[in-house]
Amino acid sequence: MKNVLRLNSIGAMAVRILFAAVAAFPIVFMLVSSLKPDQQIFGDMSSVAAFLPIGNISLDNYTAVFDRVPAARFLINSVGVSAVTVVLGIFVNSLCAFALSRMQVRGKRVVFTAILATLIVPFQTLALPLVWWVNQLPYFELNGFSLEISKGWLDTYQVQIIPFIANAFSIYLYHQYFESIPKELDEAARIDGAGWFKIYRQVVMPLAGPATATVAILTFLPAWNSYLWPLMVVQSEELRPVMIGIQYFFQLNVSWGEVMAYASLITVPVVVLFIAFQRSFINSIASSGVKG
Amino acid sequence: MTTTQLPSRRPAAPAPDGTTPAAARRKRPRHLREQLSGWGMIAPAAVLLLAFVFLPAILGFGLAFTNARLISPRPVEFVGTDNFARLFTDPTFWRALLNVSYFAVVVVPVQSGLALAMALLINKKFRGVNFFRTLYFLPVVTSMVVVSLLWLFMYRKDGLINELLSTFSFGLIPGADWLNDPATAMPAIIALSIWQAAGFHMIIWLAGLQSISGELYEAAQLDGASRWHQFRYVTWPGLKHTRTLVLVTITIQALGLFDQVSVMTQGGPLDSTTTIIYEAVRSGFKQQETSYASAISLVFFVLVLLISAVQRYLTREKD
Repeated sequence: MKNVLRLNSIGAMAVRILFAAVAAFPIVFMLVSSLKPDQQIFGDMSSVAAFLPIGNISLDNYTAVFDRVPAARFLINSVGVSAVTVVLGIFVNSLCAFALSRMQVRGKRVVFTAILATLIVPFQTLALPLVWWVNQLPYFELNGFSLEISKGWLDTYQVQIIPFIANAFSIYLYHQYFESIPKELDEAARIDGAGWFKIYRQVVMPLAGPATATVAILTFLPAWNSYLWPLMVVQSEELRPVMIGIQYFFQLNVSWGEVMAYASLITVPVVVLFIAFQRSFINSIASSGVKG
Repeated sequence: MTTTQLPSRRPAAPAPDGTTPAAARRKRPRHLREQLSGWGMIAPAAVLLLAFVFLPAILGFGLAFTNARLISPRPVEFVGTDNFARLFTDPTFWRALLNVSYFAVVVVPVQSGLALAMALLINKKFRGVNFFRTLYFLPVVTSMVVVSLLWLFMYRKDGLINELLSTFSFGLIPGADWLNDPATAMPAIIALSIWQAAGFHMIIWLAGLQSISGELYEAAQLDGASRWHQFRYVTWPGLKHTRTLVLVTITIQALGLFDQVSVMTQGGPLDSTTTIIYEAVRSGFKQQETSYASAISLVFFVLVLLISAVQRYLTREKD
């Protein structure tokens, strides 16, 4: 019996390693190839060397990427757009959830139900009408001292940020979390003369760290990875995010080493974040499971 | 925050005449203020959701029955069901529907099955469990666009996939030109999609597995249940809700297939990989026919609603 169990666990470990190899090999291949000249990438392909950083290793592909693509600009744009979306998303959604969860507001149940109803609409169904709609919105621009109004949000930073700030799922997560914080804390603070905003800022939010981590991650990932939306609404080079940068490589005679370098460049920051905040990432995904 | 100040901060003691209406009057403005600040806090999110979810949803519904174009000097006109008539007679649309059905029929069982296997493999505590979980999850934090670009390279005729196949089969499996052959383009996209997303659903299965009480397993072991029986009679029933959830989310994601196709094949070769969303983007964005694209989006939405309704109904029956 013991031998059977032992055999079972060796078998299970073998399967685990097989799955791990399948999960990791393309990413290892990408990182390793980004350090090699094209000739060597193809030369190494038929041996285990394809996954090892050996031979003619250099950062040449990375310097070439910065010459070919305004990669620094794209990285700054993506960092900026994602950061602003995350920060404003945390603020707007938690504020809304706070009022819905902890305050006496007439009609809040209807509002909450309406908010949850938006969860069944996939973004892809909204995307095309939304392109038309944002193109009708007024655009205010301060030009010196005069305020200029023009039509259409296409090709701006705000079109990449504002539609994604409010999020029903973030509101839902905060609402769930706020319900678990004792309401007696609010009472005590109110008796101390604190206003509602002060209770939100100094009592409830400091206790909602795990919810904030989850919302931050679930807002950041799609913001960093967004492709369909900026593809349609951003034309100017200086406003583009990182994922659109891959289009600079859609051409004949592409240098695959450079492609792999660019792919690594826009992936590694997220992987580093993931490894640093692993527990929060896993918890976020697990909580997104309740979405159905 | 100090609660010791409590008495001094209280509103003045009850009015000298001690009438209750006065107290009620004092209470009302405070209540009104709570209403106002409450709505003030709800407003930013509510306005944004109205402007960027509700309105486009309604607009999309309306625009589908017009001739609206993205940029056009002419006013928008109502055209009835013209867009739908055109859509349902468009062979490319039917091909797109067939393609996403093919994609979903393979991806849904294979991806959810693999994800469950992965979850079961790392559900136990053992040394290195974190290492495996991290590796299994790595493809998920890699964006689908990067994954598509990477696999585009690996699927080349002289690429890594063909090299690996020939190495492991000792040269028996001849290489294919995966993405340029209508017969293999969709299977190739299916493989990389499963590779990228299985880790995501592994986490959801894992959360489901961990919600099953350990006592049930102990009881089953005492009764001498085999590993398979434990899975069949404890684990599987315990995952009922997770199952519905995983199936619904994978199906909806599968129907919305876009990024991979946009980066790797642009719908080709010979429309063998075009999808509903890809067609919507092609007509709505490239050809600027907002109305036609809205009609496609509406059909997609109805499909998504139908699928989740059917899956919910089926899983409820099994109670």
